[in-house]
Amino acid sequence: MSDAILKIDNITMQFGGVTAIKELSFNVQKGQTYGLIGPNGAGKTTIFNIITGNLKPTKGFVFFENKNITGTKPNKVVYKGIARTFQNIRLFKSMTVLENILIGFDAQANYSYFEAIFRLPRFFKREREIKEKAYELMKIFGITEFANTNATALSYGNQRKVEIARALATNPKLLLLDEPAAGMNPKETDELANIIHKIKSDFNLTILLIEHDMKFVNRMCDQLTVLDYGAKIFEGKPADAIVDEKVISAYLGDFSHA
Amino acid sequence: MKKIIRNIVLILATLIFILYAQNNFDSYTLSILNNIAVFAILALSYNLINGVAGQFSLEPNGFVAIGAYFTAILLIPADTKIDMFALVDPAPIILKMHAQFLPAIIIGGIAASLVALLLSFPVFRVRGDYLAIVTLGFGFIIRIFAINNPAYTNGAMGLNDIPSNANFIWIGTIALITFIVMIHIINSKFGRAMKSVRDDEDAATAMGINTFKMKTYAFMTSAFFEGVGGGLLASMLTTITPDQFSFLLTFQLLIIIVLGGLGSMSGTLIATILVMGGMEWLRFLDENIILFGKDFGAHPGMRMVVFSILLIIMMLFARRGLLGDKEIFDYFKRKS
Repeated sequence: MSDAILKIDNITMQFGGVTAIKELSFNVQKGQTYGLIGPNGAGKTTIFNIITGNLKPTKGFVFFENKNITGTKPNKVVYKGIARTFQNIRLFKSMTVLENILIGFDAQANYSYFEAIFRLPRFFKREREIKEKAYELMKIFGITEFANTNATALSYGNQRKVEIARALATNPKLLLLDEPAAGMNPKETDELANIIHKIKSDFNLTILLIEHDMKFVNRMCDQLTVLDYGAKIFEGKPADAIVDEKVISAYLGDFSHA
Repeated sequence: MKKIIRNIVLILATLIFILYAQNNFDSYTLSILNNIAVFAILALSYNLINGVAGQFSLEPNGFVAIGAYFTAILLIPADTKIDMFALVDPAPIILKMHAQFLPAIIIGGIAASLVALLLSFPVFRVRGDYLAIVTLGFGFIIRIFAINNPAYTNGAMGLNDIPSNANFIWIGTIALITFIVMIHIINSKFGRAMKSVRDDEDAATAMGINTFKMKTYAFMTSAFFEGVGGGLLASMLTTITPDQFSFLLTFQLLIIIVLGGLGSMSGTLIATILVMGGMEWLRFLDENIILFGKDFGAHPGMRMVVFSILLIIMMLFARRGLLGDKEIFDYFKRKS
């Protein structure tokens, strides 16, 4: 298990008296697409927030590339190579698509404040470099034509793409996708699945994704964990999950006592 | 390339105007221009923290006071200080401090900027309305400090006989520099990061932006130019008292940046001209009003009534300010 890129080790998360996550452990192998599914309120997004450092777990650890990153500040977690998208799209609403993606390149544009104010050569060089990279990313997602459009003026599906592109701009090794296909029609979902497949091999990514659309999960994931009330009730292949009794009862209710 | 030529032409034209104005305009017109230019410096820098970085703070009067006092103390000759300090003798360090005009205003700016650095640690632990209250408190503290430390500031009597070095060439050029610096910051990764903090702080953090650092950069830069502006103000007026730096000053700057559009530097420039110029141009309303041959008498304060009504009308028609958060060039870009 030493090649596990992400290791969730016995994590418990309590909010006041409510236990959101209970002694949860799972490993994500390098190059995998790992699914995290479960009914509403099962604690999926909480896990994301713990991995990205937005929340500090009550107990347990997060290991990324065999290093303990529990409690690392969210902006530092990005430098370690973890990027995320949000469940409800959170683009920078006053900025264009290009500017949104350029935010992701912030760390790679390593010029100083004074170089920016006095417009020294390195400013122009770095700005040109990251703009080129941003256009390459937009090309992959097919959103180049919207480069100078305000990000929130785009359709829902395209906003999703901008958000994923923005996350990719930070040059991550692990990409966390929080319900990427939510609110999309089947055609858009299909397109998104193709794009995720493509970026995964192009950028050598490991993906951890939360999703409700089981067809999408089946198609995308190598392995998944099913959560219910913060506890793991299933881990294995997607095909086995949909026939597992516990999983079915978690989603549809327990029929044995009906 | 076209843009570079356009910018150089604009900068040269502004410099030529400044030189021409200084040599040919009468002193009344020049004093209005000076006033507009000083307030442009203050409002532009205030817009960086309030508009671009979206941190609703109410402290610029404090930074302006710091800049003004530092510059005044550095400029006034030692023997003038001894004559001036009536309540208590000036502190020895006050007598020793002396500098030329340009270093003096820069030291004033740096002092304000350092205070901003210290202030940012407690201040940016809170967001939104709370930030406004905390920074408002700072403005009060500076004023009370100035009143209660007569050995350093000559107390409530303030400082006068400040050498009047600040002419329109100085003030206009520094306003131009402030504008260019602000535009350069906005159009760089720092400006983008500041805007991302304003739009969605959590998403910005998730993209690796150090939001505290970005707020502090904006705060310190803003404070530097407010300090410089304060120094120019002191030298322009030749006399300063603590009461000049009350909350009303912040309030006036707030009106300017909201009218111009939060985040728009060219909007701020236009708004400064409208607000500061408008106060002067509407002065005829305070005099005897004769309508249709009937004398309505003089109503001092009528100017402020009309000015406020105009302000309300402007805000009703341009809710996000005159230029929103765009620059004036963006509007030309869209048309072509």
